[in-house]
Formats: sequence, C-alpha cells, structure tokens
Amino acid sequence: MRITCPLCGTRDRREFTWQGDALAIHRPARDAGPEAWDNYIHLRENPAGKTRDLWYHDPCGTWAVAERDTVTHAVHSTTLVTEVPR
Amino acid sequence: MRVAGKGLLTGAAPVSFTFDGTSYQGLQGDTLASALLANDVRLMGRSFKYHRPRGVLTAGSEEPSALVRVGKGSQAVPNVRATQQEIFDGIDAASQNRWPNLKYDVLSVNDLISPFLSAGFYYKTFMWPRAFWEGLYEPFIRRAAGLGALSGESNAEPYEKAFAFCDVLVIGSGPAGLMAALTAARGGADVILADEDSRMGGRLLAETEAVDGKPAAHWTADILNELKGMPNVRLMNRTTVTGAYDHGTFGALERVGLHGPADGPRECFWRIVARGAVLAAGALERPIAFPDNDRPGIMTAGAVRAYLNRWGVSPGREVTIFGNNDDAHRTARDLADAGVRVAGLIDSRADAKVTGDFPVFTGGKIIATRGRLGLENITVEHEGGTRIIRTDCLAMSGGWNPSVHLTCHMNGRPEWKPEIASFIPRPGAIPGMVVAGSAQGIFSTSGCLADGIRAAGKVLQSLGMKAPTIELPTAEDQTYALEPLWVVEGKGRKWLDFQNDVTVRDIRLAAQENFRSVEHMKRYTTQGMATDQGKNSNVAALALLADATGRGIPETGTTTFRPPYVPVSIAAMGAGGQGMGFAPQRFTTSHQASHERGAPMIEAGYWYRPSYFPRPGEKTWLDSCNREVNMVRASVGVCDVSTLGKIDIQGHDAATFLDFVYSNTFSTLPVGRVRYGLMLREDGHVMDDGTTARLGDNHYVMTTTTAAAGLVMRHLDFVAQVLRPELDVQIVSVTEQWAQFSVAGPKSRDLVNAMLDNHVDDASFPYMACGSVNVSGVPGRLFRISFSGEQAYEIAVPARFGGSLYRLMTAQAESMGGGPYGMEALNVLRIEKGFITHAEIHGRTTAFDIGMDRMVSLKKDCIGQTASRREGLLEDTREQLVGLRPIAAEAKLTAGAHLFDKEAEAIRVNDQGYVTSVCYSPTLKTNLGLAFLKRGRARHGEVIRLVDHLRKIETLCEVCDPVFLDPEGERLRG
Amino acid sequence: MVKLIARTPLDGLTPVTIGTVTVTEVTLDPMTMIAPFKNQLAKVDALLKAGDGVGFPAPNRMESSDGVRILWAGQGRALLIGADAPAGLRGLAALTDQADASACAQISGAGAVDALARLVPVDLRLSHFPVGQTARTFVNHMAASVTRTAPDAFEVMVMRSMGQTLIHELTEAMTNIAARNA
Ligand SMILES: [Zn+2]
Repeated sequence: MRITCPLCGTRDRREFTWQGDALAIHRPARDAGPEAWDNYIHLRENPAGKTRDLWYHDPCGTWAVAERDTVTHAVHSTTLVTEVPR
Repeated sequence: MRVAGKGLLTGAAPVSFTFDGTSYQGLQGDTLASALLANDVRLMGRSFKYHRPRGVLTAGSEEPSALVRVGKGSQAVPNVRATQQEIFDGIDAASQNRWPNLKYDVLSVNDLISPFLSAGFYYKTFMWPRAFWEGLYEPFIRRAAGLGALSGESNAEPYEKAFAFCDVLVIGSGPAGLMAALTAARGGADVILADEDSRMGGRLLAETEAVDGKPAAHWTADILNELKGMPNVRLMNRTTVTGAYDHGTFGALERVGLHGPADGPRECFWRIVARGAVLAAGALERPIAFPDNDRPGIMTAGAVRAYLNRWGVSPGREVTIFGNNDDAHRTARDLADAGVRVAGLIDSRADAKVTGDFPVFTGGKIIATRGRLGLENITVEHEGGTRIIRTDCLAMSGGWNPSVHLTCHMNGRPEWKPEIASFIPRPGAIPGMVVAGSAQGIFSTSGCLADGIRAAGKVLQSLGMKAPTIELPTAEDQTYALEPLWVVEGKGRKWLDFQNDVTVRDIRLAAQENFRSVEHMKRYTTQGMATDQGKNSNVAALALLADATGRGIPETGTTTFRPPYVPVSIAAMGAGGQGMGFAPQRFTTSHQASHERGAPMIEAGYWYRPSYFPRPGEKTWLDSCNREVNMVRASVGVCDVSTLGKIDIQGHDAATFLDFVYSNTFSTLPVGRVRYGLMLREDGHVMDDGTTARLGDNHYVMTTTTAAAGLVMRHLDFVAQVLRPELDVQIVSVTEQWAQFSVAGPKSRDLVNAMLDNHVDDASFPYMACGSVNVSGVPGRLFRISFSGEQAYEIAVPARFGGSLYRLMTAQAESMGGGPYGMEALNVLRIEKGFITHAEIHGRTTAFDIGMDRMVSLKKDCIGQTASRREGLLEDTREQLVGLRPIAAEAKLTAGAHLFDKEAEAIRVNDQGYVTSVCYSPTLKTNLGLAFLKRGRARHGEVIRLVDHLRKIETLCEVCDPVFLDPEGERLRG
Repeated sequence: MVKLIARTPLDGLTPVTIGTVTVTEVTLDPMTMIAPFKNQLAKVDALLKAGDGVGFPAPNRMESSDGVRILWAGQGRALLIGADAPAGLRGLAALTDQADASACAQISGAGAVDALARLVPVDLRLSHFPVGQTARTFVNHMAASVTRTAPDAFEVMVMRSMGQTLIHELTEAMTNIAARNA
C-alpha cells in the first residue's frame, strides 16, 4: 500500500502511522455534553467504501487526512490536516 | 539420456554433482532435474501422504513432485524444486520424505492403507474418541506429515531485501514479455523485466521454431542484447514475482546465490513499485487424470519438449505421448526429429489429424500403467482395441492453463473461457496491470508477440507515454484446438494433486459428503494446498467437482490464488530483520564507560541502559543494587538519563499549548523553574508524565518517559496540527542533542559544583529550579529535579561531551564515596519514594487512581479533562494506588500478583487489586510494593493477602501510603 | 577545573570501504533547526539569503552555497548546516541547536545507490531523486534523512544514538552488493 504525504510525496505504507477517522479533527467544546464526547471519543462508522482517516508520516512529522476506499483500497487524495476546511 | 547435438547447452562445461550420495555429471546450465534425467534417473521423491514413488512432472517452478534437499547442516534448504535448481560443481542434493532411502521407503505402507486416508481423513479423526487422537492419530500424522525437514540449526547465511521502482514491470520473458519489454523500453519507459528462470526466453527456449526467420533462441538472444544495452531497462532473471499488492507494489523473490557455492546473499526479496505492469506469465500445462498416472517417467508433454529442446535431454528412450490437443503432437514430432524412438501417440480425439513416423492411436485413452519405481508400460484403449505399449516416459497434455495467479491477488476472479477449457484473467483485476500472451489465453507464438506489443502500448498510454511503432516478427500462428478430457475412468487411482496425493475419487467423495463449494472441497481434500498451490491440478479438480455436483464449471467457481506465487523462504521475507537488523540499538554517550565498568545492559525500548555496576565481592545483582541505593541515600550517585524524551517547545503560544496538553497548568510557571506534569489521553486516562522546564517566556523543554518519547512526540504533533492549528508553536525533539545525567544524593551539589564554572547554592538554585550553566566553558543546562527523593540535579551538555562528562562525574563521585548507579537502583529509589512509572500508568489508570486528581485543573480545557470527569472514573470503589509492606519484612512480593481480603478465597470474584512494582528496600530493610487496591486510599493500615498463583506465593501485607520514605520531602529540598 | 573532550557520533566506526562503496562520517557543525513561526516564512527566507546565501528550502530539497547548506527537515522546518543562524532570526523562528543530535554518514561510490536500495523504501533513481534531493524516510527501521549530494553519493542522517546501527546496516548492504559483484 502506498500513501502520498502531501509534503514528501508517495511513500510505502511502512512510513505511516494510522490514527483513525478524521472526525478526530472536530473536538467538542468542554461543555458539549456526554453524548457529543461519547461520539467523539468512542463511536466510529465502519464503512465499506469511502472513508476519511488520519495518517501520520513519521519521518517528517506531518498529519494528513486521506480519503480512501476500504473496498478497493484506492487512496483518492491526501491533504495536510492543517489545510482541511474546518 | 542426453541427445547428441540437441538443445542449447552444446559445448557447455561439465559439472559434477551428487544426488542421494551418488556422483553424476551434468552440464553448466542444467537444472538438477534435467541433469538427473540425462543420467536416466527418474525416481526423485516420495509423495506427501502415501509416500508414492514420484519423478519429475514439469520443467518449471510449478513442480509438485521432484522436491529435494540441497546442501547440508545449517545451510540445507528443504523442498527445493529440482526443476528450478541449477547444478554447480559440488552441489549436494538429496531426496526427501523417505526412510531409509528413496527406493525402500518404510512409510510407503501408507499407500496400502490409503482407503483409510482418503478425503476428510484429518477431520474425521477429530470425531473419533479422544484417546485415539492423542495415542494414535496425532503421533502417526506428525511422523508422516511434512516433506523436507529443516536442519534445526540457525541459518547464518545472508539474505537481502531491496526496493526497486520502475514505470513498467514486465513479468515473464517469453514472446509476449519480450515484446512488451521492448515496446515499453523503446517508448522511453523505465522497465524492469523479471523472469523466474535463470535464462530468459520462456517457451522460446523450449520449442523448435523460428521467429523473424531465426531459430527462436537466437531471436531471443538478439532482443535481450538490445534490452541489455538500454539504460532504462533492468533485467532481473532468477526473479519470481510472487505477489501483486495495492498501488503498484509487487513482491519478488530473487535466487541470488542458490546456483553456486554458499557465499554472498542467497536470496533477495524485492519490493518493486511499478506505475504499470504487463503480466506475461505464460501458461502451465495440465496433466490428465488416468489410472496410475503418477509413475516416475510420466510428465507433461511441454516438459518433455523443454528437456529435449533446451537441455538436450530425452526423459526416456521409448517415449509415448497422450493428449487431447494438437500441441501434444509437437512433442512427438520433436522427439522423432531428434532420433528418439516414439512408441506411440495417443490422442483422445477420434478426429485428430496426426502424421508422423510413429504409431498413432486416435480416439485413444490410457487405462492402466505399470512400473513400481518407474514407468514400464501403458495399456491403451483405442478405436482398434486394447494394447500394451512398452515405454519409459509418457508425455501427457490435458491442455494449457493461463497463469492467472497474480491477477487473483487483489480478489480478482478469473473468467471461464470454453474455447481453451480454462480460466483467463478478468480485465482490470489488478489496477495498472495488463495481461498479455498465453497468460491471456493466446497460445500461438505470433499471437503472443503481437499481444506483448499491444499490452505494453496500453500501459504506456495509461502512463501518458507514446507507444513506439514496433514491427511484428514473423512466427508460427497455429490455432489451438482441444477437446476437454478431465478423467479417464478405469481401475486404479487417478491422481490430481501429485504432491498432496489427491485423487479423482477424493473430489467425488467430497461432493458426495456435501462439500460442494469449491472452498470446502479444497479444505476437505487438501486439493491445491501443497507447495504448488494447485497450479497443476486446480482446474481439473474444479471440472470434476462441477461434474460431480451437476453444475457447469463457471457456476462452480474457482479457488482463490493468494500470494506468494511460489514458496518464499522466511529468511528472504524477513531479510534485514535478523540479528542486529531486528531493531536499532540506541547507545548513550556513556555506554562505553558503563561497559568498561562491567555493567550488564538492559533494553529500554531501543536503548541500552546499565542495570548495575558490579564491584569485586558482590555476588548477585541485588548486592550491587543495594550498595548503589545506599550510596545515593548516603552520599552521591550518577546516572545517565539521556534516554528520557526531551522536547523543545517554542513560540508565542507555547504556554497555551502546554496548558492544553498537560492536565495541570504551565502558563503560570516562572521562567527558570521546573514543574511536574501529567499528560492524559482524550479518554481521561494517563498517557505519560514528566517534568517541563521554562527556559524563557516562549521557550519550554519538556521531558517524557523513555518508553513514551516517540508516542508523546506524535501526540504533540497531533495536537499542534489537528486540534489546535491556530497556535503559534514549534516542537522539536532534542533528546539526542543533549546528554543528561542525574546527580542524586546529599552530596550532589558538591559534585555538580565540581563540574560547573560558576557554583550554585540552595538559595540561588532551589528545588525545581533550572537554568543555563557553563561546564568547563561548554554551555549546558542544569535542572534541580529528583526521581529518588534525594537532593538531586540533572546536568545536560551537548552530546559530543556526554561521554567525557560522565567519566569525570563518576570519578569525582567515587572520590566522594559515591559512584554510578544503574536501572535497578533507580527503580528501588523511586519505589521507596512512591514515584510512578509506566508499570503504574499502564494505560488503564487515571489521575484519580494514582492519587493525582488535583493535578487535573478545571480552570482551563485540556486533553482528557472532560472524559476524566466521567461517572465511574472518580468513584471510591476504583482500584487506587497504595503501598504494600509485608508483615514479615523478608516475605516475597511479586509484580503481577493479585490482592485478596485476608480470609477470602483467592478467586477472580474476590479480586481486590494487583501489584505493579516491587523491590527490596535497603533503606527500610524490607520488601516493598506498589499496588492498585479497591478503595485503597481508605484502607491504609489494613492487612491484605497477596497471592501469586503462577509462582505459588502468598504474603500478608499491610496497606500503606505509597510514599514510603520522607513523605515531607525534606531530603529533596536538602 | 574540568576539561570536556568532544567525540563525534561515528568516532572509530568510519571510514569503511567494501567493494566500490565507501562510508565516511560527515560532521555537522554548527547545525541549527530553523522552524519559522506563523507568517514569518518570507522574512526568515530573506534573512537567510542575506546572511548565509541560502534560502528556506522547499520540501524535499537541499540548498547549498559556499559550504553552507540548508536541508528541508519536515513540515515547516529546515536544518542550517555550516553557518550560524543570522542573528535577526531570533523571534521569527524557533532556533534549536541540533549539532549533536545526529549521526551522519556519507555513502559514495559505484553501487552506493544499490546499497541504499536495500535499506531505504524510497525511489532513488537519479531521474526521480536528483542531486540536491532529500527525503525524510527510513533506513531499515531507523527514521532518517537521506540526501543525494552527487550522482553516486548520499548523506544519511539518523539519531545520534543509532550511529552504530547505521554503520552496521550500511556495511551489511555493502557486503552483499560486493558479493554479488564478485
Ligand atoms: Zn512527509
């Protein structure tokens, strides 16, 4: 599997650490309530198909969001997490 | 026998080799199989289950039968295919799976009881009484199972792994592959042409035909010469592409040194990344399942031609041919032309057109064969009756199966093509890969050449490159005609999977017992589960299953071919990971000095740290450890703490950032001061702890534990980039920049001052102070922090000076009655003081559990704060950190032991908690432990029972505060 | 008065020559990590150019001028080697002394690229990885910076503590290459 670091280019998957769904970007406010926090910390979709998840390119220290497909394994795009619209 | 004037080895140097202790002569370029056949050796191995005598079936990597051991001792490699192993002077090969020898194999008794060992045998044994399984079946199966055996010795020979990149990977160097490589290369692409054979050319080396008006082998050599001369082409022979993976990644196994004496790398496992690929893997000929079709001397017709035309060897002196297609006729013609006696050509088709100077039996079938250790005769039933023909080699052809294997590696299912009675790849099965030639079901040379050009053109186009115009060489263009023939009924076993001894009857039995799905049939019969992975037998087995279940073949399906295409040795796959390559070794700057003092090293992550520093007269580690603890408590000790993570945090928002990642507050920390910090995960549990010093208004340096340094760095990057990208902060690891040493004990200040250009005192440099210092003119950093409970400092210098400073400090310490201390003493010192490590913050404990809940500031938001307030994480009933002292000071405590009420039975439901850290405290002259105990903080003074079920230890302990020593901290402030 | 003696990370481990490939230690002194603060990149770049003759490098690039080099070192950071950071940078960028943080080896000679192809999972073909190209990647299991300094020469930088493993990995790869070519 190969993933494109937005800075370094396309690299072998061994250079990356996977973190999970990109909804981790949207951290609730302190007082958002238990349901929002439960969603944020624990609840994840398990899609057969398109997914957005967070990857860390270990050698360069960059976090990126990958849009990919869990069925075909295609990676459609990767974006610097700092440049993802919030 | 060698046929004079035939083959491509004419003039090759002679080679001596040994098989089963007998010396033979072969030629340079021979495989073990061709050389043995040249010496009229037909018996090469025994089958897996019934120990049936077997010879060679094929001439390639798909060989199921002729598996041998090559080499001796630790260098021995089992299950080597004799059809692939090149001979070299001195090579020592031996047959396998027989005792005492190949001709008289005791376990061939299995063959006599074969009725009991048919399909589903293994599964059925599970249903019989347990005593039978343990007493009879298991020992029997273990004794009988397996082909070759490993030496049991460590394999010291080098293996490689390597990475390669190209635009176009061409797999296979037959007519299609050669033209694809040539087209791609002339089109300007970076090309890798890989072929598993030692010599490139594929079937062109095995046939007597002309390409472009030249003998095929000459034409091949010309094309290869052109490719060799191109800077954008890399030819990789002896390299089997073993797997197709995501995004253009391929695995490939190169036999680097297996064709010579053992020096240098043996094999190399390649990871090839290609933007596009052409699969030109060719096709494999399938046997026909007729009665007793497994005798040594019976092989595929294409293999017979290959032995004759490439290696100049006739596998027999009186050869018969049995086929259902025109291609088989070539074998008869080539043999006859070479002067080998053809004893008969049997074609199952009544309307087959054959002419030749040999007996022809159309509409014929072989209904019996004879010959215990090698074929002696066959019985043919044909239009004119039945007759017995004397023959020592039978060439059979049931048709050709395209090598679709790689196209299945990403879940692609091949499609049934009735014209060839076989499967072809489904288009697009591997993104970026185009299949060409006979792998695509095209069987004429001309068709393959043209298809190679087409496929490469298609790949070039997909890469945005222009395909060059390539002239199609002239070559034979015969149509391939066959009539399916899966089985010839009759008395005797009709073998399908020659290695796993699966017969037609087994397939039918599986269907009868309702294992009708192809995947069930495979597992029930072990069909296709041998080292050839069903390459020779799957299609026929499937056709028979379809027949037995009354379905068509496409409806019955196909088994899934998975990587690797050929067996890959673990040594090759794990190359680079053996011995020192397993993990990097991290050495501190003081490593050499500690080593010289005889300190045994302990691994902490990748780091090597000294356990203790033995002195003369000390008999055990504990003697040394006790002395080092006492030394620190009484005078001064020095310990390298460079392994702790050190992270520089700078920027206008550095303080805000730290307030967010730590549960407690750092924005209020004055410049020149250090504070202990607790870091939580977002789920409210403790991630890590450590001290952070404020070096300037916008500059902090954080320390992490040794174990979590990498994790914390990633976490900080996560917070800075994912959660708080608006903060202006830069995070840089400085772990390696600084060598840092702990100086602990009542005399620590004197020792530190001996190193510093300007002395420090308690007033100017109190507990938890930090600042810049000069160490002999070298700018360094000084921190007044303690992990021992003693007055202590940590002094840091640029790493280049670390080794030197350590030697100076340990020498100075010794002159003061102190010295170096290791990890064992460090651990005792921290347990005595009740300081936690990852033994306590192991991922399931909260700040509340370790008694630090007041460190979770509610005045600001921080990672993990909200979750740490959750119901259930703040309850008194939780297991809380406590100290344990045995009632009898010398009674044993063990980490991992569980705690129970004094009178309660030591069973799970009565579990009260568990022990995390233990030590003997020379300071308090007792064993000590840290533990998590339900409602622990309210139970100080209570007596509790420690039970270690594994080590059979029971100890009564008093529950106490985890800080055993100096709870007021007077020593710290010194 | 004490006297501290400096030691380089690969002291005593290099040079090593096996076959046609040679490994030598490269000293990196001074070496400063320059990480511009928010919105300061342009100023930092200008000051670097004026002071040291090299600008802030694009990702995956190394710039050099008169013995001064600047090496891209991850998102928003670069390593300035061979010269001190211009004084004006203070406050515009996080400046971190890294002169002692890395072990750096040059691997050169015919076959150097083949030796690295055993260890580095990156496309090192000259057409794709020209002189002046740098990659943050791995050398076997070690995080590393790999930079091409000439068609057949690379500089490989790893954590200082892993210097011994670096030399082990390189020499093992070189030994295998030499045996193949023998
Ligand atoms: Zn990157």
